[in-house]
Amino acid sequence: MNAAIDVSRHRDAVEFADGVYWIGALDPTLRTFDIILSTANGTTYNAYLVKGSEGVAVIDTVKENFSDEFFARLESEVDYADIKVIVLNHLEPDHTGALPELMRRAPQAKLYISQRATSMLKALLRPSAGVFEYTTVKTGNSVSLGDRRLRFLHTPFLHWPDTQCTYLEDEAVLFSGDVFGCHYCDKRLFNDLVGDFRFSFDYYYAHIMRPFKKHVMDALKLIEPLKLKQIAPTHGPILRERPRRYVTHYRELSTSSLSGEIGGDDQSMVIFYMSSYGNTARMAEEISAGAGDVEGVRVSLYDLEGGETEPFVDLIEEADALLFGSPTINGDAVKPVWDLLSSLAVVNLKGKLGGAFGSYGWSGEAVKMIEDRMRGLKMHIPREGLRVKLIPTDEELDDCRGFGRFIAETLVGKSPQKAVIDFADLA
Amino acid sequence: MAKAKITFEDIEQTVNVPAGTRVIEVSEKIGAGIIYGCREGDCGSCMMHVTEGWNNLTEPSVLEEKVLKENMASRHDRLACQAQIIGDCKVKPA
Repeated sequence: MNAAIDVSRHRDAVEFADGVYWIGALDPTLRTFDIILSTANGTTYNAYLVKGSEGVAVIDTVKENFSDEFFARLESEVDYADIKVIVLNHLEPDHTGALPELMRRAPQAKLYISQRATSMLKALLRPSAGVFEYTTVKTGNSVSLGDRRLRFLHTPFLHWPDTQCTYLEDEAVLFSGDVFGCHYCDKRLFNDLVGDFRFSFDYYYAHIMRPFKKHVMDALKLIEPLKLKQIAPTHGPILRERPRRYVTHYRELSTSSLSGEIGGDDQSMVIFYMSSYGNTARMAEEISAGAGDVEGVRVSLYDLEGGETEPFVDLIEEADALLFGSPTINGDAVKPVWDLLSSLAVVNLKGKLGGAFGSYGWSGEAVKMIEDRMRGLKMHIPREGLRVKLIPTDEELDDCRGFGRFIAETLVGKSPQKAVIDFADLA
Repeated sequence: MAKAKITFEDIEQTVNVPAGTRVIEVSEKIGAGIIYGCREGDCGSCMMHVTEGWNNLTEPSVLEEKVLKENMASRHDRLACQAQIIGDCKVKPA
């Protein structure tokens, strides 16, 4: 049966465990997903059906314009009147597009979502879709289908705040939502039959899950102890052949490479700069020297001119403090700085320390603009940046060392006690 | 006008403010580590932990209580975009 699987030739449900069916849709012509992801051979929207002695559960739906295929597969196996439970593992539109119509056809069904999904549910559904009653669930909760039970795992931020996974204990199937998914469309459906999707799997992780590594690790603590015969994600192949490999791979991808290279308790500061006449470079060196004097801080200095974005993003992900130096040219920071600062959506920057500096000829706007960008990226700017008009004097180079030292001391919690400020004095 | 002191523990900075000031108005200006998303009490991004002076912030509204619950807030967490300062308190990012 396996070799003959071709779900593009029919619109039936595909059983892959006892009473467990794939009722998803193929989208082979999609080339860009959600603006940010390239999808060289399209994607799938996977939805699932679980039959129990006292009713049926539908787990996730599909993107709205693929509803026909979803409903056809669903109808091939069950009547709408038998649907008792609808689980939404997260509420992204590509998995909830068919929900309003499904609720219309199966009004008796109860909706199970995570606590965090409640506000999204209201925002996602058009008022004309009506008001849906729902039950919020978390880890430890479950719902019975009579002779079998679906258990819920609270796995927030993978990759939406409301994400959960659902586990069918008796068949050891994990309905994992977008976790362990990928944009890879193959009519053969199962990981042991489809083409080589390793690139797609890693690419998906890098763009979707990477900013949430900490949350991935938390989720793995819940997932790893489970017996796993199959993992059924919402995109890409169903992982039935050695599914645990993908769990292990997620742990590897979420662990920093060469961890411990920046020793033990040391904090890492990375300074990036661009310089046209060497003045901003000179500032960078002095800032680096000042920061390097502080015990417990390791400083790395990089000229943006000599590097590429991707490895710099890797460095930034691991760093505790980031400083950017840019001259001001025509009232702006230079393009390589913006290129890097606009490539950071894939890493978590929240709470990292930031700072900016630069030499300028006329007006010196770059420093403030970089600071604003870093604040926008949820970084903390403990001290206003340093601007130097053209060639730094000895005194200004002292200021640079002091600036580096201050950021480094803040990093290790040694910054000096500050005087009380009056609110009226704040700009 | 009544004054109050708010201390942002992450940057060890204390600010004298007129009573009734929202925490967000102060923390943004001095660059404290509390971060912001929607700024209207919906997304939960600006959750902060009140380490001292819990009763010196205005009471959370029913809506704020709901968002805090949805975001699994711990005891003495508040939203910086909603809480107004009415007496001395100390806060840090949650």
